[in-house]
Amino acid sequence: MMNIETIAKATHVNDCLECGKCTANCPISRFTDAYSPRLNVGRFIQGYAEELLQDERLWDCLTCGMCNVRCPADVKYTEFMKRIRLEAFQNGREATCSHGGAIQSLMRIMTSPTMNQNRLEWVPKEFTYSDKGELVYFVGCLPYFDAFFTDLEVNTLDTAKSVLKILNHLDITPVLLKNERCCGHDLLWSGDLENFKKLAKHNITEINKSGAKRVLFSCAEGYRTFKLDYPGYVDGFDIDVVHISEFMAEHISSNGLKLNRFDRRVTYQDPCRLGRHMNIYDPPREVMNSIPGLELVEMRKNRNTAVCCGTSAWMNCNLTSKQIQAYRLKSAKTTGADLLVTTCPKCYIHFKCAQKDENISDQIGIDIQDLTVLTASVL
Amino acid sequence: MTEKKTTAKKKTAKKTEKQKFVPKIVAFACNWCSYAGADNAGVNRIQYSPHFRVIRTMCSGRVKPAFVLKAFEMGADGVLVSGCHFGDCHYIFGNYRAVELFEKTKKLVHLLGLEDERLRLEWVSAAEGIRWAELINEFVDQITRLGPSPLSENGKKS
Repeated sequence: MMNIETIAKATHVNDCLECGKCTANCPISRFTDAYSPRLNVGRFIQGYAEELLQDERLWDCLTCGMCNVRCPADVKYTEFMKRIRLEAFQNGREATCSHGGAIQSLMRIMTSPTMNQNRLEWVPKEFTYSDKGELVYFVGCLPYFDAFFTDLEVNTLDTAKSVLKILNHLDITPVLLKNERCCGHDLLWSGDLENFKKLAKHNITEINKSGAKRVLFSCAEGYRTFKLDYPGYVDGFDIDVVHISEFMAEHISSNGLKLNRFDRRVTYQDPCRLGRHMNIYDPPREVMNSIPGLELVEMRKNRNTAVCCGTSAWMNCNLTSKQIQAYRLKSAKTTGADLLVTTCPKCYIHFKCAQKDENISDQIGIDIQDLTVLTASVL
Repeated sequence: MTEKKTTAKKKTAKKTEKQKFVPKIVAFACNWCSYAGADNAGVNRIQYSPHFRVIRTMCSGRVKPAFVLKAFEMGADGVLVSGCHFGDCHYIFGNYRAVELFEKTKKLVHLLGLEDERLRLEWVSAAEGIRWAELINEFVDQITRLGPSPLSENGKKS
């Protein structure tokens, strides 16, 4: 039996004014009327919480946080969703996993304590890294995504290589962990708290072993998870966490990082985890604006109103996801930019996947690059 | 005293467990060739290793990376994917797709740090009952030599 009062207290759902701003702004509700954040909150506070747990639509929410931004009563809907999903998972409910559940399997396999991964084979010979030092670069799922999404022509490892190139360029030798695990973000948001905690503990042990004082992320989700969820759910993690865009912006303002010319019109997709969840809007823009020749144009919906990339935690990818992705890519294209930059590998993968739709390729065809790849190309 | 005894007992139990390592193998067999091949082995009363579980799929091209990873997640020590010979596929190109998917799976399994020998892709036709039996025997031997998967329950305990 779930503790309705604790959830209500932590997420302020009882303050709901039923104004419906959440539903009006929800990217899912925009394309399907079968999902409404306002109705879900309503059902919960009017005593139909058990019914909500059984609802398949529960897993549709992208937890992108657009509703949180707009809510005049400060209802924390994403936190509400997370807690409800933890309850639902304990009651045996599960989301429909995209890709046949392969990525969920990978994550659960990584909870094993006796693992000896071959995850560092991608590192090019010319770059240096060590196994002990001040700064850990948390590569995360990038090697797995690179192997898994071969048919989408996404080279997620380019991001990792670019980060290494930038760090080496700044005379920094980062630590790469041979046995780091998945950060657990997706398991947490799909309700599997037990395995999330296992992954978190493995990662904390590995990082502590390296003696690092700072952990660097090129992934928005990993950054959020380490910064907010690790201290919240597991003990013993008090290491400074930094996202690569903040890190680069720091070095640009201290004149350590000088970038060459890049003559293109560029637009930027704020990943929900980095933007609305962590309030990091300026550092990526500072990096792009410091590149001479680069013209940064904003989409109509930007910063805290940026539309999410349509799928989260590898679940419930469906027609609605594709519609959201096409909508976002269209608005990127209408800015007149010929390059869409993002800072989250999942935005990159999801948009690339949407671009496979040949029927509308003239409306949504635009180059997509990670911010690190762009920066590394103008070093 | 009693505590000591029980730990001693547990230790011996562990040892015998290790000595008697029985591999758990999952074999995905396609409906049209390999599964019929396995049937053929049974009809001909060929005696061979029983340490595998067959899962019938309509085509080897249906065996996505997710299936194999799930098997390893659930503690399989080895996974065999088996289909029709090239040119014999009931769906014409299914086994070519199986090769593509298998390449992907192999990469993921390699990243996870599992030995490459724990995963195998083979072609067995409906008439090759003897070959199926030999193949299973050989694979069971191979996995027994490798020992339990580091991800399986056996591996976790030791």
